[in-house]
Amino acid sequence: MAGTFDNPEIVQEELDILLIGGGMACCGTAYEMMRWAEAVKAETGKELKIKLVDKAAMDRSGAVAQGLSAINTYIGPEQDPADYARMVSNDLMGITRDDLAYDLGRNVDDSVHLFEEWGLPIWKTDAEGVRHDGAESQREGLPALKDGGKPVRSGKWQIMINGESYKWIVAEAAKKALGLDRIQERVFIVHLINDKNDPGRIAGAAGFSVRENKIYIYKAKAIMLAAGGCVNLFRPRSVGEGTGRAWYPVWNAGSTYAMAAEAGAELTMMENRFVPARFKDGYGPVGAWFLLFKAQATNAYGENYMTKNKEMLNDYPPYGQAAVPASCLRNHLMLKEMKEGRGPIYMDTVTALAKLRETLTPKEVKHLEAEAWEDFLDMCIGQCGIWVGENIEPEKKMSELMPTEPYLLGSHSGCCGIWVSGPTDVGAPTKEEYDGIPAHLPSGWNWGYRSMTTVKGLFTAGDGVGASGHKFSSGSHAEGRLAAKAMVKYCLDNPDLKPEFDETAEQISETIYKPVRNFIAHKDYTTAIDVNPNYITPKMLQMRLQKIMDEYVAGVATYYNTNDKMLAVAEEKLEMLKEDSQKMRAKDLHELLRAWENYHRILTAEAHMKHIQFREESRYPGFYYRTDKNFVDEKNWHCFVNSVYDKKSHQWTCFKRKHVDLVDKSKLFKAAAPH
Amino acid sequence: MPTFVRTEKCDGCKGQDKTACMYICPHNLMKLDKDGSETGHAMRAFNQEPEQCWECYSCVKICPQNAIEVRHYADIVPLGGSVQPLRGSDSIMWTIKFRNGTLKRFKFPIRTTSEGSIDPYGGKPMPKLAELGAEGVFTKAVMGGFRAGKPEELIRK
Repeated sequence: MAGTFDNPEIVQEELDILLIGGGMACCGTAYEMMRWAEAVKAETGKELKIKLVDKAAMDRSGAVAQGLSAINTYIGPEQDPADYARMVSNDLMGITRDDLAYDLGRNVDDSVHLFEEWGLPIWKTDAEGVRHDGAESQREGLPALKDGGKPVRSGKWQIMINGESYKWIVAEAAKKALGLDRIQERVFIVHLINDKNDPGRIAGAAGFSVRENKIYIYKAKAIMLAAGGCVNLFRPRSVGEGTGRAWYPVWNAGSTYAMAAEAGAELTMMENRFVPARFKDGYGPVGAWFLLFKAQATNAYGENYMTKNKEMLNDYPPYGQAAVPASCLRNHLMLKEMKEGRGPIYMDTVTALAKLRETLTPKEVKHLEAEAWEDFLDMCIGQCGIWVGENIEPEKKMSELMPTEPYLLGSHSGCCGIWVSGPTDVGAPTKEEYDGIPAHLPSGWNWGYRSMTTVKGLFTAGDGVGASGHKFSSGSHAEGRLAAKAMVKYCLDNPDLKPEFDETAEQISETIYKPVRNFIAHKDYTTAIDVNPNYITPKMLQMRLQKIMDEYVAGVATYYNTNDKMLAVAEEKLEMLKEDSQKMRAKDLHELLRAWENYHRILTAEAHMKHIQFREESRYPGFYYRTDKNFVDEKNWHCFVNSVYDKKSHQWTCFKRKHVDLVDKSKLFKAAAPH
Repeated sequence: MPTFVRTEKCDGCKGQDKTACMYICPHNLMKLDKDGSETGHAMRAFNQEPEQCWECYSCVKICPQNAIEVRHYADIVPLGGSVQPLRGSDSIMWTIKFRNGTLKRFKFPIRTTSEGSIDPYGGKPMPKLAELGAEGVFTKAVMGGFRAGKPEELIRK
C-alpha cells in the first residue's frame, strides 16, 4: 500500500541492532561492528540483523560533510593518552571523565591510520623539515603514519590533511562494511521507544521518510544513537539568509540529546556550551592561523589582549595558571576588549604572513598562500565567500574575529551529552559519594557495556557522549568503534531478549505525523497559510526559541550574561513553548523534518537552561556568566551536573555526581600556582 | 550562503526520480520542480530553503552539469565575488574571483586511492569472540595505532 500525506504507510522491521545517524561516529560503529558480526556468524552461525538509518546521505552527512583541513585528535607515538586526558580536562575547566578521554586517546590513532590507508591525504614533513601535501608525500615515497611517517602538526594534537573528501572516504568504508541493504537514507528517526516490561530498557525507534509518505518503526535490542550536537537553539548573529551559516552544521538539531532524554537516559554537563571565537560571519577556522602561521589576535588598536589582560586569568585558579588557558578563558579576555569598546578584534594575518615571507623562497610563499586558502576551502568555503566579497587578501588586509552564538556538542571543544559506561581498567570509581542521585541510576562510572547509557541497550558516541570532548572527527569514529564491540556483546549476552513496545504502532504514527494532522485539520480556517491561530510554523517556533535563549539564557544579546531571575523567566517561557510545540504544523514532508528538528532543539535548550540554573557558579567564563554567581566555585561545584527527564510529567531532575581525577592534573599548572 | 541553480544548465538529471543534488544535500534543501509549478522552470532543481543553506557545496561539487553555484549570503556579503570548484577523481580545482576582479586558482588533492576502491577488511584480522571484551579495536594488532600509555600515569589504578 502506498501511503498518502494524510494516511502514511507504516513499515515495521525487527532488528538486533539499529544505528541512528551516519556521521563519523556511526561510520566507526558500522566499520567495527560488521567485522565482529562476521565473527559471530563464523563462530555461532547466528546472523545479527543490523541497520543504519541516516536522515541524509552518508557520503556527505554529519559535521564532516563539507570536509576538514585538519584531524584534531592524533596522539602519535610520542605522547601518552594521559597527556590527552589532561588537555581535555584543562580545556573544559576540570570537569571531565578521565576514563573516557584516556580510553579514546589509546584507540584514536588506529582510526587515523585506517583513514590514510583508505585514501585520505595526510600532510607529511620530510627529513629536511619541508612539508608536503598528502598526495605529494605519497609520490615522494614518504612513509605512512602507521610506518613512522611524520605528520605536519598544526598544534600539539592536530595534524594537517587535504580533507575535502574526508567524509566521502570514511563513508565509503562504512557503506562497504555494511552493504547497501543495511542502509536506509533519508529517514529521520525522531522518537525512541521504551520496553513495555522494563521502562529502563530500549525497545526500538521510529521516524519518517522525508521523501515518501512512510513511517518507519524499528524494534531492536541495541541502538546506537549518534545524531550530532545542537545548532541554532540560540539566535544566530545573522538572521537573514545567513542563518544557515552556523559554525557547526545547521542540521545538527539536538536529536541525540532530546531523544535520549525522553527515553530516560541520564544527561551530563548540559550546562556546558561552546562559543568558538572565529573569523567573523563566515566562521572560518582559526587554528591553523594561530598555530601553523603564528598569527596574533589583537584589539582594534593592535594590542594583544591575551598579554594585556593576562592578570584576569588569576581570577580563576588553578585553571588560569595552565600553560594553555582554556578556550572559554581566552574568550573571557577577548570579551573585555569588546565590552569596553576596543573592537573590532582582528586576526593579524598581514604581519604573520609577512614574517613567514622573510625566510621563504617565492615558491614557498606561493605554497603558503595556497595552504592558507585551502584551510578554508576544505572545511568552511563560506569564509572564502566573505573574503572575495569584501576583497580581503590575507597578506594585505586583516580579518575580524568574533565569538559566535552558543553551540551544544560533546565531540568538539564542548562536553555536554549523555552519561555513559566507561572502561573498567583505568581506575574509575565504582560507587558514588553524593546523595540525591535517583535510585534507579547506576553507581560509579561503568556498568558493564562501554558507551551504554543508563538506559539498557541504548548506546551513544561522538557528540552524544558527555563529560569528555575534544574527540573531533577521528575520536568520534574511534568512539563509535569502542561502542560497537560492546553492542555486539550486549546482543550475545542477551540472546532471549524480546523487546516489546510500551506504545502501539498507531500511537507512534499519530505522534510522528501530528504536525501534518494539525495542518490538514486547520489549513482552510484562514486565507494566509502561515498565519493561523490553530497552528505555528516550525520556522516561527524556532525563532521564538532563539529569542528566549538569546535574551534570557546568556546568548550574544546579553554578552553571554544571565542570572537566576532571567533563568526563571526563561523557564516559564520555555514551558509554554514546549506546550505550543504540540501545535506545530507541517505542510509537507520537508516541513515535518523541520518540525521534529525544532522539537528536539526545544528539549535540548530546556536541558541547557535547567543545568545552568542548577549549577550555582560560572564554570565557563567567556562562554557564559551567571552574574548572580560570577565565580568558579571549586569547593561546591567541582562536580558533574547530571539530569534525567520524565517523559510523562515533562519534568527534569538535576543532581550532582562527584568528580574524580584518574590522571594527575597538577602537571598542567605553573609551578607556583596554588592547587 | 545559498546555492542557486543555473536554469539553462540544469537538466533535472535527465528525468530520474531524484537529482544528484537532492541525493546529496545534508539538509534536504534541493528539490526538483517536476512540473514548474514552484519556480516556473519545469524539470529544474532549486534550493527550497536558502536561509538554511550551510554552504557546504556538496550539491555544487556533485552536479554533473556544473549547474549549481553560490551567491553568498545577501545579508552579509557584498555582491560580485564567486568561489567555484571543479571536483575530479583525485583533486579539486577552485576558481576564486574577488569583487574587484582579482582572480586566484588553486588545486588540491582529495584522495590518494580511486573512488570505490576501498577494501575495508582487506589484510585485516578476523577477530575471535573470546576477545570481544578485551581493550581496543579489532585492527589493534595491525594498524600500529594503539597507545598503551605509561601505567604510572593512572593514579587510582
